Amino acid sequence: MSTEIAEVSEESAVALKTKEPAEPLLSKRRRRIVSDPLNEDNPITVQVLGICSALAVTVQFKPTMIMSIAVIFVIVFSNLITSLMRNIIPNRIRIIVQLAIIATLVTLVSEVLKAYSYDMYKILGAYVGLIITNCIVMGRLEAFAMANKPYDSILDGFGSGFGYAWIILVVAFFRELFGGGTVFVGTPLEFDVYGSIGNLLGTTLQTNGLMVDSIGAFILLGMIIWIQRSKNGYVEH
Amino acid sequence: MRQSNLYVILFAIGLTVVFGGALSLTSVGLKPLQDKQVELDTKKKILGAVMDISTIEDPNEILRIYSEKVKSMVVDINGNEVTTDEKGNPIVAEKVNIQKNSKLDAKDRVYPVFMFSSGSEGVDAYIFPTFGSGLWDWISSYVAFGPDLNTVKGIAFDHKSETPGLGARITEENVQNRYVGKEIYNDQGELVSITMVKGEGNTGLSEHQVDGMSGATMTAKGVNAMLEKYLECYSAFIEKTKSQNS
Repeated sequence: MSTEIAEVSEESAVALKTKEPAEPLLSKRRRRIVSDPLNEDNPITVQVLGICSALAVTVQFKPTMIMSIAVIFVIVFSNLITSLMRNIIPNRIRIIVQLAIIATLVTLVSEVLKAYSYDMYKILGAYVGLIITNCIVMGRLEAFAMANKPYDSILDGFGSGFGYAWIILVVAFFRELFGGGTVFVGTPLEFDVYGSIGNLLGTTLQTNGLMVDSIGAFILLGMIIWIQRSKNGYVEH
Repeated sequence: MRQSNLYVILFAIGLTVVFGGALSLTSVGLKPLQDKQVELDTKKKILGAVMDISTIEDPNEILRIYSEKVKSMVVDINGNEVTTDEKGNPIVAEKVNIQKNSKLDAKDRVYPVFMFSSGSEGVDAYIFPTFGSGLWDWISSYVAFGPDLNTVKGIAFDHKSETPGLGARITEENVQNRYVGKEIYNDQGELVSITMVKGEGNTGLSEHQVDGMSGATMTAKGVNAMLEKYLECYSAFIEKTKSQNS
C-alpha cells in the first residue's frame, strides 16, 4: 500500500507543476483523474484496498447501493475539505486531522440515515461507521487531496468512489442472484429469478449458501480481478 | 510557524471545536425526527406481529391504527400489573426500554404486555416484547399469541447488526411466518418454548420447532435463548390470564 501511495503522490506532484493556468473544466488530465480509478487504477481490484467492506455489505444489492452512496459522499467531501485545508494542516498531525474529517462525515451520514431511512440504518448499522476505517478514503486524502486543488480533489473523490461502487455493486448483484435467487430486493426492480425459473420448470431451485458467506464475495472478487487483469495486462511487481 | 507546537495545539483545538460543534448541531437537530422514527418503528413492530402492515405507506395511518386497536399494560415477574415505578412515576408500556430492562435481574424487570383487539370486545392477541443477544449484537422480537396464550399468531424480529443475508434474515417475512401456528406449551402443559433448528429445509418438525436459516446458526441460537428466557418470565402472567379467561 505504501509504495502505491508514494507512486500516486509523485504522479500528482508532477501533474501540479505542469498544469496550465487556464485548464478546461474537463481537460484530458482531469478526465483521467476520474476514469483511472474506474478501471486501470481501481481501488479494490488493482490497489486492493477496502476489501473488508466489499466482503461485508455485498450480500444484497440495495444495502450495497446505500453503502456506495455513503462512501462516495464521504470520499468526495473529505477530499474537498482536506484539499481546502491542505495549506494550513500541520504536517505532524495530518493523519489525525484526516481521520477527524472522515469520522465527522461518516457520523453525519449515519445520523441522517437514522433520521430519514431508519430501516436502512438498521441493516447497514455498524458498516456505515466502518467507512472510517476504509483505507480507500484515507488513501485518497493522503495521496491526492493533500497535494492538489479542491476541484481536482473532488474529481478524484468521484473517480475512486465510483471505482469502489461499481465493483461492490457487481459483486452484490451476483451474490444476491446466486445466494438468494433474487435480484434488486427492496427496489422497484425486485424480481425472484430462481422462483420464476422454478415455476417454469416445475421444481424448486436450490440457492448457493456459499454466496451468502463472505467466501462467496472473495471468489467473485477474485474472478473480477482475474478478468480485469487479463484484459488490461496488469501484473504486480 | 506551521510546524510549531503552539500552532499544532491550537489547530487541534480549533478542529475539535468546529467538528464537534457541527456534529452536536446535527445530532440535536435530527433528534426529533429520529425519535419519531424509533416510536414508529416500535409501533410498527407491535402491529407487525399480528397484522400485515407492509402495504400501509403513511406513518400517521399506522399510529392511528395502533391507538385504536392496541391496549397496553405492564406486569411484573409474578404477573401482577404495575402502574408506577419505584419513584412513583407512571409507567407507559410503549416507553419501557426493553434493552435497559433486560440488564436487570429477571425479578426486577417490568414486562410490557400489548393487547390487540380487531373488534370492540375481547382480546385477539397478546403481544410480548423479548430481548436477547444474537451473533454480533442485540436481537429483539415482538411475539404475538392467540387468545389461548399458546399458539403463536405472529412474530416480528429486529436486530442491531446481524449479518445481512444471513442472521439478518430473521426480519424477513418468510422466516417469521415459520413461527405462525407453533405452540409453546406441550401436551402436559409444560412451557417448552419454540426452537429454531440448525440448517434449512428440515422436514418433520414438531409444533415446537421451526426451520432454521442456513449460515446463521449462531443467530438462531440467540433467538432460541431469547424466546425461552422471556417466555419463562411471562409465564406467570400467561397462567394468570388463562385461568381468568376460562
